[in-house]
Amino acid sequence: MAPVVKPRIRLDKKEAKIGDVVEVKALVSHIMETGLRKDASGQTIPRKILNKFTCTVNGKEVFAADFKTAISANPYIQFKFKARESGPVILTWYDDDGSTIVGEESIKVT
Amino acid sequence: MGSIVDRRQALGLGLSAVASMAMNSAGSPALAANDAGEVIQKFTGGKTPAQTLVNLDLPEIAENGATVPMTVSVDSPMTEQSYVKELLVLADENPNAEVATFRFSPLGGVAEVNTRIRLGGTQHVIALAKMNDGSVHMASKAIKVTVGGCGG
Repeated sequence: MAPVVKPRIRLDKKEAKIGDVVEVKALVSHIMETGLRKDASGQTIPRKILNKFTCTVNGKEVFAADFKTAISANPYIQFKFKARESGPVILTWYDDDGSTIVGEESIKVT
Repeated sequence: MGSIVDRRQALGLGLSAVASMAMNSAGSPALAANDAGEVIQKFTGGKTPAQTLVNLDLPEIAENGATVPMTVSVDSPMTEQSYVKELLVLADENPNAEVATFRFSPLGGVAEVNTRIRLGGTQHVIALAKMNDGSVHMASKAIKVTVGGCGG
């Protein structure tokens, strides 16, 4: 039903040495409806936001966030992690409606 | 020069006064525009946060409240012995005080995040960090918003 959303994810490096700091930038299209706005007929538009975000590297959670309504539409998130092991870098956004948006990159640690 | 320093000091004092007011007003919602006091109370568990370690970077004036860039970082070694567990960001005049909670761990190793937030008007943004030893640190910043971003 909902259009498939493809997040845009960028790692500042694809290969890193152990202990190197890797910066992740991610942008995803989403309306982030606050539930406070009203439509033309005065009806409150129901809340629909991405309420949670996680990032795992090789299956281990390195960063997570709970978003509230004060996160801007098309949420942008930038964070860093220290490279420890190679593997997939998986970013997941959780929608109020129960659906998820998943993006994947990978990191090679030497 | 002297007067500038004085002004900054005065501003700093004003900020901490606002923050402590928000904290003390937990039981009296009439004082707070939103639930900031309660949220802070719940997060700190009644502890008084130290005004150290947390760096909150926001523009002084935001032309568009719908998307205000914000960077928060915490000075922490991020090792198993000493790390930041949670970072809570609040806006004291938004309809809902909570903006976001960021969770860090030694596995991540860096306590820094950048995102874009909505601000309904001119107000204070408060960042509270909870360490693994239970101590709480904070930073706050006044921000002037020309056009609010909460709709309605």
